[in-house]
Amino acid sequence: MPPSAPRPPAGARTGARAGNSRLRRAVRENLVAYLFLAAGVLCFALFSWYPIVRGVLLGFQQVTFAEPARWVGLDNFRRLFEDPLFLTAWQNTGHFTLLALVFGFAAPFATAVVLNELRHGRPYLRMTVYLPVMLPPIVTMLLWRWFYDPGPGLFNSALEVFHLPAQQWLESENLAMVSLVLVSTWANMGTTTLIYLAALGGIPGELYEAAELDGASIRQRLWHVTIPQMRFILMITLLLQVIGTMQVFVEPFVLTGGGPDDATVTVLLLLYRYAFVYNDFGLASAMSTLLFVVLGLFSVVYLRLTRSKG
Amino acid sequence: MDGMPGISRRQVLGSATAVALALALTACGGSAPSSSGVDKNGVVTVVVNGMPAKTQPVDRKNFEEDVKAFEKSHPKIRIDAREGQMDPKTFAAKLAGGQLEDVYYVYFTDPAGLIERRQAADISKYVGDVPYFKDIDPALMKVFKDADGKTYGLPTGNYSLGLLYNRALFTKAGLDPDKPPATWEEVRTAAKRISALGDGTVGYADYSKNNQGGWHLTSWIYSMGGDVASKQDGKWKAAFDSDAGRKALQALHDMRWTDKSMGTRQLLEIADVQKMMGAGKLGMYMAGPDNIPTIVKQFEREYEEYGLAALPGNATLGGGDGFMFNPKASPEKIRAGLQWVQWKYLRSPEREAVDSKRAKADGVPIGLPQPRLFAGGTQAKIDEIRAEYANTPVGNYRPFVERNAQVETKVEPPNAQQLYTVLDGVMQSVLTKEDADIDALLAEAAKKADVILAPVK
Repeated sequence: MPPSAPRPPAGARTGARAGNSRLRRAVRENLVAYLFLAAGVLCFALFSWYPIVRGVLLGFQQVTFAEPARWVGLDNFRRLFEDPLFLTAWQNTGHFTLLALVFGFAAPFATAVVLNELRHGRPYLRMTVYLPVMLPPIVTMLLWRWFYDPGPGLFNSALEVFHLPAQQWLESENLAMVSLVLVSTWANMGTTTLIYLAALGGIPGELYEAAELDGASIRQRLWHVTIPQMRFILMITLLLQVIGTMQVFVEPFVLTGGGPDDATVTVLLLLYRYAFVYNDFGLASAMSTLLFVVLGLFSVVYLRLTRSKG
Repeated sequence: MDGMPGISRRQVLGSATAVALALALTACGGSAPSSSGVDKNGVVTVVVNGMPAKTQPVDRKNFEEDVKAFEKSHPKIRIDAREGQMDPKTFAAKLAGGQLEDVYYVYFTDPAGLIERRQAADISKYVGDVPYFKDIDPALMKVFKDADGKTYGLPTGNYSLGLLYNRALFTKAGLDPDKPPATWEEVRTAAKRISALGDGTVGYADYSKNNQGGWHLTSWIYSMGGDVASKQDGKWKAAFDSDAGRKALQALHDMRWTDKSMGTRQLLEIADVQKMMGAGKLGMYMAGPDNIPTIVKQFEREYEEYGLAALPGNATLGGGDGFMFNPKASPEKIRAGLQWVQWKYLRSPEREAVDSKRAKADGVPIGLPQPRLFAGGTQAKIDEIRAEYANTPVGNYRPFVERNAQVETKVEPPNAQQLYTVLDGVMQSVLTKEDADIDALLAEAAKKADVILAPVK
């Protein structure tokens, strides 16, 4: 709308006719913009919102796809809570997320700080760190499966060199989850490292110079300059990581199948079983609705943080 | 944009969203039922799956030849064949979207659930016309029937689990490959001797991942004289917290931890174990006869290298595959589809002769002890023809054939996949924890299984 367009008088808001003509005029003047907007909205509606709405509805239905869906109220949710694996899956997912934060949050930050300090070979090392992200997930999993092999695997062969006892990386209840987190961290840390590197590059050099003049050590510079300057980006990656790691699936699906003794059954793995092994789409949808709600809460926090910064 | 009142913009956006959603809902809101599939000349087109992929050129060529031959002998039927078999990941989506084939492939674990969810057509009134229908083994037909005796599909393959073994490793370990173990005690001894060969050789391997551990543990329990689920006072209950369950797990535990004859790597599934067998690093594993051609083909081995014995004990687990029909398929399509399934898979003795001759020329294995789909005289005739054209070392399978008749073949329990998930955990514990408490594991698993079995009628 051109800046010269007159503002309609306040009283006109109550008149339906005036309102209609104003709407018509507004639409006419911005027709092209609305057409572009409509295409986007239609795409979102078809491929994002409709499946989400349908997914939530399925959670309250018994679906066979051969005949019309039957409404069952909260029955699917009741059955979910009765499943002895339901709680295990949430606990395991929480366990994975916590461990992923310990490894996955610290490792890329430390790598980025080290890379940032290097004077030579930085582009080469940056690429090396990013390389695993470019590998297809299944290749990563098969590679790590060989690393973890309790027989001739890489890790146990390495331990043998130092006369250390071989470990049951994926077969031990205590180690399996940690092993999965390591794979996930290795496979995904490249992206976060690059984000941190970019953020580190954005910290004004004068701050470090001033700190150095004041006689600050490397540790003090990190603590008093780097971390405060990166606080916002650290917070955002933390939230994104929580949202991402709570949806862990490929690692347990390929490497452990949820074992040993259900120690690595995650929410998404259980959801997959409901849908594609037991063919119970109502139950699977109820589970995904719950996950959606939990992740939604984290997303709200994320949006609030980004908005307040904006 | 100050000049534009916010409320109008929101209205426009709101209407656009509503229209988009309404469009989306109408577009995706369901599928029209399929038509009768009969054209004006009275030719009915049936969509079937099970066509081999292009990566299997011989099987593909034979399949296409069969389609042509069938259409020639049945001029009123046209076969529209699709690649692939039963894929649980796409099945429901295909059914919902009206894309499911009229005739679709299933494993024996599927029919009960598909019948219960009404995802298969009742074909009872059509099967009477199927040639040789009455000769099909009644035990296999039972898989495709509901409690009222209505029929929903036809079996086209079957197996029972035995012991597949590497004859060369048997010889190397000083064991007689023509006298494979017939008791679990003998299995244990043989496994110990094979693993003593060293160099990463494993005596006996078993699955424990992706429900396959539960599947095999069920067979272990059957072989020890037990059951996995049983009906008590009209209700299904877990039955594996028993002596048979304990014996099965103790045997696995002892082979894994006392004898160390099961290798160190666990959480295996079928592909891992077949790879070990194909690499010549595995002595024995529990398998049906159909595993032999898979290993020979995939790892470029020779049929002579493998032998097959019946499973020790009193009983074994049996399964198989077959075809069911789209619940939305018209009667014409069902009739035509039944003729195709019978002609192509439930071979009459006449067809068996044609098939065996061609298969022998193509190097396709003939002479494996299963499938045996018919009962009585019809199967005897088919066996005779197969023996005539056999191109596999049938002598290697004699230990299976001779003793298998005494071993009862039992079907999978109800809600098999869910139960297998629970039993996977038990199998994993025993194979990964030396101090696994078998009694506690069985009791805990039985509690979970009771919940799974409670809704079964």
